[in-house]
Amino acid sequence: MSIDWSWIGDHTDDLTTLTLSHLQAALSAVFFGLLISLPLAVVAHRIRPLRGLLLGLSNVLFTIPSIAIFVLLLPVSGLTRTTTVIGLTIYTLVVLLRNTVEGLDSVPAKTKEAAKAMGTRPFRTLLTVELPLALPVIMAGVRIATVMSISLVSVATYIGDGGLGQLFTDGFQRNYPTPVIVGVALTLLLALVADALLVALQYVLTPWTHRKQRAA
Amino acid sequence: MIQFDAVHKRFPNGTTAVHDLSLEMPEGGVTVLVGSSGCGKTTTLRMVNRMVDPTSGTIRVGGRDVLEQDAAELRRSIGYVIQQSGLFPHRTVLDNIATVPLLLGWGRRKARARAGELLETVGLTAEAGKRYPHQLSGGQQQRVGVARALAADPPVLLMDEPFGAVDPVVRTQLQDELLRLQKELSKTIVFVTHDVDEAVRLGDRIAIFRTGGHLVQCAAPAELLARPADDFVADFLGAERGLKLLSLTTLADVPQAPAPEGGTWELVLDEARRPQAWRTEDAEIPVRPLRDTDSLLAALNESIASPTALVARVDADGVLTGVTSRAEIHEHAGETHSAHSTAGAAV
Repeated sequence: MSIDWSWIGDHTDDLTTLTLSHLQAALSAVFFGLLISLPLAVVAHRIRPLRGLLLGLSNVLFTIPSIAIFVLLLPVSGLTRTTTVIGLTIYTLVVLLRNTVEGLDSVPAKTKEAAKAMGTRPFRTLLTVELPLALPVIMAGVRIATVMSISLVSVATYIGDGGLGQLFTDGFQRNYPTPVIVGVALTLLLALVADALLVALQYVLTPWTHRKQRAA
Repeated sequence: MIQFDAVHKRFPNGTTAVHDLSLEMPEGGVTVLVGSSGCGKTTTLRMVNRMVDPTSGTIRVGGRDVLEQDAAELRRSIGYVIQQSGLFPHRTVLDNIATVPLLLGWGRRKARARAGELLETVGLTAEAGKRYPHQLSGGQQQRVGVARALAADPPVLLMDEPFGAVDPVVRTQLQDELLRLQKELSKTIVFVTHDVDEAVRLGDRIAIFRTGGHLVQCAAPAELLARPADDFVADFLGAERGLKLLSLTTLADVPQAPAPEGGTWELVLDEARRPQAWRTEDAEIPVRPLRDTDSLLAALNESIASPTALVARVDADGVLTGVTSRAEIHEHAGETHSAHSTAGAAV
């Protein structure tokens, strides 16, 4: 098995397009996942009886095989990017929802109480105290969801999408390893770069977590 | 002024936290609520800013019924300090202090400028303002908590065991600071503690609660120590309550005599006539001279430690003014106690 370097050179435009398409699918999924998880997590955090139900539901959704999800979605959204994003979004929910709920749980009661006693109303407390303090745990979830989505996009090749995943089918069909190896490498690279960027983002967003204790 | 009128608080689980409480907390004074845990003192405090609402009865702050006011707005008009400061870990010290001004819509610039002033008021450097709470010591955090409560200059301060989590030395410092601030600011302060000594030190009035939310006695510290209403109060104040009473009286009225010349023990002075030690031919015992502002308790303590049974008295600059004998201090202590015990005053 050897790499045909000239193939890469001949297909740089295609590879760029596929990589961007791949990234777009994964990031959309994480974006919509967050959009859905945040309000649901707040509900699950505040209303105890709903907590088990919502977390359980997200777990059940996670156990559905990915191909099955795409097939189930076909009658709804057809062979489109929408189907890919919906499918991936469903998978992100399990980590995003759980981590956001846990993040909100981790905010010290004393701090919330102080916010209330200072005269902060509940919604403002959520936005300016609870979510910022939950951010490290939420971001941990976002990192997992992002890496997971990047690796899952390829599955959508079965419905004619799949970003870099198309390189795998192409390579297998022609029994030609170069696109497969390039596809794997680019997927990995994408996941690593995305994760590194998220770590950097978290560092910028949570300055209080990395100041050293009691400087002299 | 804060007025409690026939206030009851029963929690949903059936426990009565506060039972038929009628109490006035005078304007510009420190009212300390004491009692063992579960006596309703914290619930009482929390009803002032509607962190807890009473089951029945009325609470007025500055003449206005708290239940008729929007809870969030009411809270912004009342300073609040809690144990372990309850600071926001994700905000710098300056932004923590600016919390209420920002909620009141002062704008970031004005709020931060005010926060900067308060750093100084509570004895912190401007540099500390840029740090995050976890980068400060416990005592410093508590100062920030006080600054945050003072930020919007509220007439009323609620302090819920604010100094409970710091070591005794720092606690004494913080108490001194609070007394100093209170002299300048004259806030109406409600202070919850389970520490009798703290209550005696800080309180203009002390309200003692018993389990079940009953107010047993509310009086000035001296009156409370001299004439406890019942055995519960006497027990709560402890066996040394007579000594605690002495801690409230200063040496100012106790006469002094010139320092003795000759004798076995000689009082050693430095060039500025500041007492240094008691000395004999073969021993030297350091002396702790007392000022007029020191308490009779400190004098009693010093007279016991002194080899001559004499206490050296000094002026504000530490220069010797005379000595007072143990007997004199004893006599004065006894007089103080009987004066307080027999003085007629309403609860």
